[in-house]
Amino acid sequence: MSRSNRFPAVSHALHWAMAAMILAMLFIGVGMVTSPGDYHRLVTVHRPLGAAILVLVAVRLLNRRFNPPPPLPGDMPLWMKAAAHGSHVALYGLMFAVPLAGWAMLSAGGYPVVLYGPLHLPPIAPHMALLYAALRQAHTALALLLFAAFLAHLAAALAHALVFRDGVFESMAGRSGSKRSRTSRS
Amino acid sequence: MAKHERPSSRPGAGRYAFAPRNRADLLRLGAAGAAVAAVAGAFAYTGGWLSPQRLTQARVVDRFERVNGLHAGFRRNHAKGVCFTGVFDSNGAGARLSEAAVFAPGRTPVFGRFALAGGQPYGADGPKAVRSLAINFALRDGEVWRTGMNDIPVFPVRDVRGFYEQLAASRPDPATGKPDPARMRAFLAAHPETARAMALIKAQPAPSGFADATYNSLDAFRFTNAAGATTPVRWSLTPEDAFQPEAPGGVKARDGNYLFDALAARLKTGPARWRLVVTIGRPGDQTDDPTTPWPADRTRLEVGVLSVDRLEDEARGPCRDVTFDPLILPAGISPSDDPILSARSAAYAQSFTRRAGEPAAPPAVRVPAAQISGAQVSGAQGDR
Repeated sequence: MSRSNRFPAVSHALHWAMAAMILAMLFIGVGMVTSPGDYHRLVTVHRPLGAAILVLVAVRLLNRRFNPPPPLPGDMPLWMKAAAHGSHVALYGLMFAVPLAGWAMLSAGGYPVVLYGPLHLPPIAPHMALLYAALRQAHTALALLLFAAFLAHLAAALAHALVFRDGVFESMAGRSGSKRSRTSRS
Repeated sequence: MAKHERPSSRPGAGRYAFAPRNRADLLRLGAAGAAVAAVAGAFAYTGGWLSPQRLTQARVVDRFERVNGLHAGFRRNHAKGVCFTGVFDSNGAGARLSEAAVFAPGRTPVFGRFALAGGQPYGADGPKAVRSLAINFALRDGEVWRTGMNDIPVFPVRDVRGFYEQLAASRPDPATGKPDPARMRAFLAAHPETARAMALIKAQPAPSGFADATYNSLDAFRFTNAAGATTPVRWSLTPEDAFQPEAPGGVKARDGNYLFDALAARLKTGPARWRLVVTIGRPGDQTDDPTTPWPADRTRLEVGVLSVDRLEDEARGPCRDVTFDPLILPAGISPSDDPILSARSAAYAQSFTRRAGEPAAPPAVRVPAAQISGAQVSGAQGDR
């Protein structure tokens, strides 16, 4: 029941804020490209939200260095630990890659990257139609991968909560000051 | 949790087993699976995978390709065109309506595109072809304003469904080369707003060229000034060149690019100019229906002059690899509630994504002198 078995409050806040933003973003993304009537409303949210996610994931990666996650239970099988580690690498990589691909794609397509009102980002890729086409596909493919990684993460979290009941879920899902913690079997 | 612990002689298995040991375990496993499936299902629904009948931007562009044939590398609509560069000189009058930097007194560099409506990149120019003028304003603070305008007084449809159905109704019959009149009659009966709009469009005499045409935003927008006051507006570009009605007859002998050639010849004598005129709507004026004009007595404010200096063909010019998405707007201009605006934005992005990845064929309109005579096909969409 040591404090080190729970995520610190700042990690907790970052995780849940980003979870809500990213899930909303993925739904907005697939919805806007199939809904001409709502396209503009949704894309107007999509761009600044993507920029915010990119900033937050950088903050989060930094935070991870100062506030490393609590260790996984000692009795967790090795393959499960490896899967947990690998899926987190994939999640972090995609949280960077999807917004960067979106930003680069708009740059390559000659679009202004408008965030809000007169506020806009500079281009990060040359204006080039073929590059736009490739990045546009990449943005979708990476976003679908991110959704798949999210589903795997959700499934694993629920497995910890409902099937294994080892405290891993509670280390992030409980209130950050809660008493539940990862139980170790060393 | 303790009851699931296994003897320490079997480290590593214990609670980390998926196989349910009792009914409660089975329920918990099922609940976890159901939750994941529900999220995946909601995602699939949002993305339209569960509703193949949804009218998506991809289906709109698919229909363009079916009606016009697939012309790789070209815009799916307004396929035949030429780039231009020039300047916009604001007189400052627009600043009382919009805080956009383009309306402060001064000069804004522009590029843009003259084109014919319709999806035939090599179609022959004709007197009834709807002409379009699209502009990219590069504002001094790095913002961009793009607008795509047509030389018809109103837009023929008022929503994306009407647009989609009109495309099918106006598809040329392979036997006659003309749209099937019965299908068009049925479409117009179901869309009286289009019948009214077509009457207005046909009543306006067609200009003889690009340089003497008046181009209209058709859709309504909102201007917001520095004080935060918002005004519904539409805008037009009215030519300095005198209007020359299309001469009756005698068109058959002309070259397939005669409209573009005439524009190039006109620019050799100096820049062609248009006054940008903003029509100021009154509270209560309908902003969500581009098929209906506002009353003729609405105040019109001249805000500046567009000078078109030079043409460049699409292979080299600045206009091919951008979309003239009408919702690329600077602060001070925002969309109205016209549903066509969002649909145009979505469909242009879809068309751009497709053509950007295709090898670009040489455009029909070459600058300065080389001429490729186009196949004598008339566009299905482009005629008034």
